[in-house]
Amino acid sequence: MASQLGLSPDQIERCRRMARRVADGVSSETERFTTVATERTVLRLLGVDGVDAEEVPLPNRVVESLSAAGRLSRGAAVWMGSALARGAPGVSEAALALADPAGAAGLAEHPRWREAIAPRVEEGLARIRSRRAERERRLGAHPPDELPLLYAIVATGNIHEDVVQAQAAARAGAQCIAVIRSTAQSLLDHVPFGATTAGFGGTFATQENFRLMRVALDAIEPELGRYVRLVNYCSGLCMPEIAAMGAFERLDMMLNDALYGIIFRDINPVRTLIDQRFSRRINAAAGVVINTGEDNYLTTADAVEQAPAVLASQFINERLAKDAGLKDWQIGLGHAFEIDPELEDGLLYEIAQAQAAREIFPDAPLKYMPPTKHMTGNVFRGYQQNALFVLTSVATGQSIHLLGMLTEALHTPFLHDRWLAIDQARTIRRNARHLGDEMTFRPNGRIVRRAHEVLGGAEKILERVAAQGLFAALAAGVFADTRRPHDGGRGFDGVVARDPAYANPFLEAWSRTPAGAHA
Amino acid sequence: MSAARSIRPYGDKKNDGAVQISFTLPIAKSAIATEAAKRYVARMGIREPYVTLAEAIAPDFTYFIVYGRATHDIDVGAITAEETPVAALDREEIDAEIARRFGRRLVVLGCALESDAHTVGLDAIFNMKGFAGDYGLERYHGFDARNLGAQVPVAEVARKVREAPADAVLVSATVTQNEIHIRHLTDLVDMLEAERVRDRVVLIAGGARVDHALAKELGYDAGFGPGTTASRVAAFLLEEMSRRQGLVGGKR
Repeated sequence: MASQLGLSPDQIERCRRMARRVADGVSSETERFTTVATERTVLRLLGVDGVDAEEVPLPNRVVESLSAAGRLSRGAAVWMGSALARGAPGVSEAALALADPAGAAGLAEHPRWREAIAPRVEEGLARIRSRRAERERRLGAHPPDELPLLYAIVATGNIHEDVVQAQAAARAGAQCIAVIRSTAQSLLDHVPFGATTAGFGGTFATQENFRLMRVALDAIEPELGRYVRLVNYCSGLCMPEIAAMGAFERLDMMLNDALYGIIFRDINPVRTLIDQRFSRRINAAAGVVINTGEDNYLTTADAVEQAPAVLASQFINERLAKDAGLKDWQIGLGHAFEIDPELEDGLLYEIAQAQAAREIFPDAPLKYMPPTKHMTGNVFRGYQQNALFVLTSVATGQSIHLLGMLTEALHTPFLHDRWLAIDQARTIRRNARHLGDEMTFRPNGRIVRRAHEVLGGAEKILERVAAQGLFAALAAGVFADTRRPHDGGRGFDGVVARDPAYANPFLEAWSRTPAGAHA
Repeated sequence: MSAARSIRPYGDKKNDGAVQISFTLPIAKSAIATEAAKRYVARMGIREPYVTLAEAIAPDFTYFIVYGRATHDIDVGAITAEETPVAALDREEIDAEIARRFGRRLVVLGCALESDAHTVGLDAIFNMKGFAGDYGLERYHGFDARNLGAQVPVAEVARKVREAPADAVLVSATVTQNEIHIRHLTDLVDMLEAERVRDRVVLIAGGARVDHALAKELGYDAGFGPGTTASRVAAFLLEEMSRRQGLVGGKR
């Protein structure tokens, strides 16, 4: 697509250079550390799973024991490899031995731990590769998806009920199904286990729940003649663990944004940026499309004022994602349609922002979020706002379209609320199919001027963040007016300085190969 | 009481009773399904039900839009209902009133005490994200909201109140086994009094088994039960702080 807005390629390039400085700063400030979640993830990738009699996951037990013994700084893989080299018959036995504090403290490092662990590492890598290949095979068996992909949410708290709603939504035309997580799961420092039937405002993300929903969506694939993508949330204190579980169960998209957790959940910035990097490595290898959470800034403050901050954050998120091995086609940068509908020309500003994002990130599967802030009890007005949102999405070539509900802010969607949203989006998508190809913007018109103003604002924010570094910027409250010091927030006690001989065989494998390369 | 005055819904003429109803029945679309929808609406007291849409929204679910004429009257003369005494303020209004009345941000501390390790209630009120679509105190410009987290010793709370200095303290009590929450909540009041800082702060308790009466009895200024959203707490803080400082309330 030729630039319709006349944005300066030089200015965009300057923004990307500053985003690189920001990302380099994050790397240099975090590379000396690992985290409890990262090490639990290594264990899960090795095949450690299950819970003990007190419902505590085995990966947590092992990491707690290694931590108490002062041995976590070497990396969990070193000790798993040593236990195997010393005769543990398998991964489970090695993990059980290390889960015992005495076992973790008493085990001597084996000089050939790497040899012992290597086949297990390869098994984990192969498991992820095969799931990815299966997705590609299934996608390849059908005609290309119509864009934007229609993305629907289910959130009953009961995975079995979620399945009913998800299949109904998919049959009605939804192409992506996201299972909303239980409130505050992001703050749990462990991943619950097994199928769950009770949640608060959502359903717990567990590996078994992932599996159940994957099976249910695969089951209707022949009937629909298309593949239905499954989405979950790989954010919060267990970010990389959930990435590993999703890679094993063939999830297709993951919400994956440290900045969201830092700002909106008060999760420690250092902890979550380390976790994010490993989780993005896993998502890159698994062929998962990540979604970032910039839309949330717009629910905090005025959407017109916050537009430059959204764009600045997209530049930073793009760089952090690429540094973790994700390719453009995997980086679903987020934004939203949240301008007050009472504002004169508000729709023009929405079009400017959406079109600018499309032109600046031409190969990214942009994730476009619906109006939520200015939704009222007037469901008819809400339906109208959603129609404008769909029209903007189609006309500006957005990739992933989160369906707006006419009952947003009233209740979790009823079955027919979701159907009405899908029907609306399909109708407008078809009805306005080539509108974008027909549109040009007046060179000095309101839309072009607005897009230039937003890019200029983003450049200024990036200058400030690049100059002070992301951690200082977060502490100063640059994003969403919220101050998050580098040593504050949840999960900081789970940050562990790496020993000079620290080892993480998965990170090593994925850093060597272009993980996100499109197979 | 006013004179009897019976009314019905108004479509395009007086007392025509026109209503629109939409709902889903868990049954596949069919002539029987449509007839079932009609009869269902008739049992609600609607005459001449007219199904304008019967849509198969899933294999075993049909969505209906039905118009018809209600047959009930309502005597509005026999109804008494009070308008909410204080206009419910939203976040922007509360922020604006804090700026206008105090000219600074109010410092609010939040915590769960001693052995209580649960942060769910605390987070619902404090976290940006909030609860039930109602944003948390961290999202207000008018509050410097500091979530101290769970398992905070009462002595630590007293120290923080002095240090901050705090305008208000919100205590969330989730664990109630053997009435442990009563003991923790009482211990905090005792500690604040011993440290001579009790009167400096608005003290609020919240939790599944907390209500206003219990909180007052324990020496708190207010108590909030389950389902409370941040804007209700915020509105109370604004009014209570204004009352203490002799400031006249804002728009009523």
